[in-house]
This record gives sequence, C-alpha cells and structure tokens, in this order.
Amino acid sequence: MRVTVIDYKAGNLTSVVKALRHLGAEVEVTDRPEPLAKAERIILPGVGHFAATRRLDETGLTQAIREAIARRVPFLGICVGMQWLLEGSTEAPDQAGLGYFPGVCQRFPDRSEKVPHVGWNSIDTNMVGPKLFQGLKHSEYVYFTHSYYVPRLTLMRDSDGELYPASAANTEYVVSFASALEWDNVFGVQFHPEKSGETGLKVLINFLEFRAC
Amino acid sequence: MLTRRIIACLDCRDGRVVKGVQFLDLIDAGDPAALAHRHAQEGADEIVLLDITATHEGRATLLDTVRRTAQSLFVPFTVGGGIRTAADAEAVFEAGADKVSINSAALADPELIGQIGASFGAQAVIVAIDARRNPGAPVRGASVFTHGGRRDTGRSVVEWAREAESRGAGEILLTSMDSDGMRNGFDCELTAAVSAAVRIPVIASGGAGTVAHFAEVFGRGKADAALAASIFHFGVSSARALKQDLAQAGIPVRLPC
Repeated sequence: MRVTVIDYKAGNLTSVVKALRHLGAEVEVTDRPEPLAKAERIILPGVGHFAATRRLDETGLTQAIREAIARRVPFLGICVGMQWLLEGSTEAPDQAGLGYFPGVCQRFPDRSEKVPHVGWNSIDTNMVGPKLFQGLKHSEYVYFTHSYYVPRLTLMRDSDGELYPASAANTEYVVSFASALEWDNVFGVQFHPEKSGETGLKVLINFLEFRAC
Repeated sequence: MLTRRIIACLDCRDGRVVKGVQFLDLIDAGDPAALAHRHAQEGADEIVLLDITATHEGRATLLDTVRRTAQSLFVPFTVGGGIRTAADAEAVFEAGADKVSINSAALADPELIGQIGASFGAQAVIVAIDARRNPGAPVRGASVFTHGGRRDTGRSVVEWAREAESRGAGEILLTSMDSDGMRNGFDCELTAAVSAAVRIPVIASGGAGTVAHFAEVFGRGKADAALAASIFHFGVSSARALKQDLAQAGIPVRLPC
C-alpha cells in the first residue's frame, strides 16, 4: 500500500507517518504538487490554524489535490485537513477551503464547556455503514483536539440529484458536529486516528484498503 | 460524551523509569517504552514521560527514549523535563512526542509558549505549574514554585495559569506540591479555582491515593484530566481497574476493550 502524505508545515507529521508505517504502508511525504500526479492515496494531516492551508494554494497543492480527487484517488483529510475540504472556516474568513463539501467550519459557541475540545469522545457512526468505520462498533472513542468544527448537516447531491448527508459520524460536544465525512473517494476525520489507539488504527486500515468503484 | 482522561506518568532518569518498580514484575522492569505500551493497553488515555535527568549526556538518552517509546504508541504522548528552548521542543517532537510540557522555562521566558505553539500548534504545548498554598491564605493566594517546590516565584497560580492561556498554552498541568506524594487526595479546591479561571483543559496532579480521590477531582475539582503515577503501585493495579471503578461511580471514562 502506497500513500502520499502532504506536508504543508502545519504541525507535526511524525505521528501520522509512524502510524501508517506501523500498518505496513509505504509512505511518501511531499510538500510539492508533482508527486500527487502519481499518488495512489493521499492524506492531508494538519493541526493548528486554518490559515496554514494558504500554503496549499501558494504551492499548487490545492490544484493537484483537486485533480487527484477528480481521478478518484482516495483522499483522507485529518483535523484541519478535513475542515479544509469545506468552503472555509470562520477561523480564517479570507482563506478559502477546497469546497468539495458545502458549508463553513464554525467555532464552538461560548458556553460552560472548555474550548478547545480535547480528549476522548465517542463517534456515532451513520446508519448506512460508512466505509471508514467498517469492523468497528457503532459508538467508539477517539481522540480529539480542536476549537472549530464541521457542521453536522453537510449534504451532498448524488447523480440523481438526491440530497444525502455526507457525515459518516457525529459527535456531541457543546453542539452535535460532523466528526467524519465520507463521499465517493473523499474522507475526512476531525479526530486523530493516529492517536486513537486500536480504533484509530482500524480507521486508517479501512482508508488504506478502500477501493474506489 | 467527552470522557475524563486518566494520564499515566512515567518519571525517567537516564532512560529508565525510576518510580514504580513494584508494578513491573511481568515486563522489562523500568523500561519506559514497555511501560508506556502496557499503560496504553490497560486503558490509559495518554502517556506523559517526565525526564528528571540533569546531565547533558542524559538529554541524548532522552531523545532515544522518546523515539523508542513513541514507536508503537498510538495514544497522545507528552514529554516534559528540561525543555528550555523552542529547539529543545522541536527535537522532542521530531523524536515522536505529540505535546511538550514546559515549566520553569515558560516562567523564565513566557514567549516560549507562543514560539512552540506557532510551529506545532497550541494543542502541543502544556504549561506545567507547581503550586503551593500559603498557610492561612485563601486558595487564590497559592503561589507558583520552582525547583521541586523549594523556590517561591511569588506569582499567583491562578494569574499565571491565565497568562499561560493568553500566551497560547493548550492545557495546564497543575501539580499541588502540598499534596504530592501524600496520597491524601488531590487539592480539589485549588484545581477548581484554576479550572474556573481558564477555558483550556486542566490536568490535576499530586495526591492520588485511592479511586475516590479521582472521582473527587473530576467532581468538585472540575479537572478535565488527572495524572496517575504512583497510584498504580499502591493498591490500584492498572488504568483499567481505576477506570472500571470510576465508571461505577458515574464518572464518564473510556473503558479499554
């Protein structure tokens, strides 16, 4: 299994790469668009500020990712990498996301709960059986650390024009938000699968074994 | 539901765990990598490795220890002790840490918090505070101490926690020097005061002796997480046993499978 991990200088790639290698994947790390033309699978990690995704635009990676997704290369965005799949985030209103999914990421509203949302929370997986969560229980614990979230009602239109929810899993914290997205060959997880024990490793295995039909 | 975290802490010197010898009958005694792995298997939500090596040679050993420990550890991994500069932090991250814990270096140069956060994200920076109460004074009069609780900086714990947050700390690790090692329970009053003063998570440390102490610090102590070190050597056999008892007491925890 070959997987290309994108380095856009947003946080630490060590953990993601280590987990993928542990699972037997052949990992290529790149900060340039060219290797994406031959990529078999792509992972966009990221912790930190949404504004860091500007580097994807500046380096030509955004366009290369768009083309890869159109070629149906399996793509997984983690944390900010998932948020970037939407149109944008209120964290950096001037920075556009990829816009694969509709909507804008929001900051958790000010209530009594702590922000950021840090720790192990449960994911309630969508009833239609998301590919990312095959072989896992309906409600598993995974590790989160974030202050912005993807709205739960992220809808996509299929080839017949019908609207379907793209959230593969939801999580409750202050609000109910989308903790995973899945549509065709494009996946996103708000949690850190590389830091979520056996459950997280299983999510990564499912992504590595996913075949676009 | 977001669960309360149990964080297993390993004190290391020259690449070996120096506490917990009694716990280590079955696996390589004192090897941090083996112990960290075992704690994670037993359901610890995170692992903290605190290096108490003072020597220069020991620092190189630490990086090797971090690398070995991180190799097959797939829960959040924090490294603290002796991190004085952004370059020190970077070396620890490159070795495989997910977060660093900084203490006296942050007091000496509070800008260090933001410097590390700028490169690795605020979630990667834990500011550790060693607190001691002033006898007779209210809880807000607790002071920040350094040098293992021997030197009073004269700073208020609550104010320093607030400043650390405003400078970009992702979490606060609050150790009560009064309670540490006493096994009489966490300082719940102080933990609650700090937790109420900041919006970032607060990890309580110092004083755990029984399961009830954890239930207390998650209840009236308002702690988001609690550090467990020596408790595993005195009656509570593992994170699994601790969490099973906490779940019985109605505390939301992630039970290992």
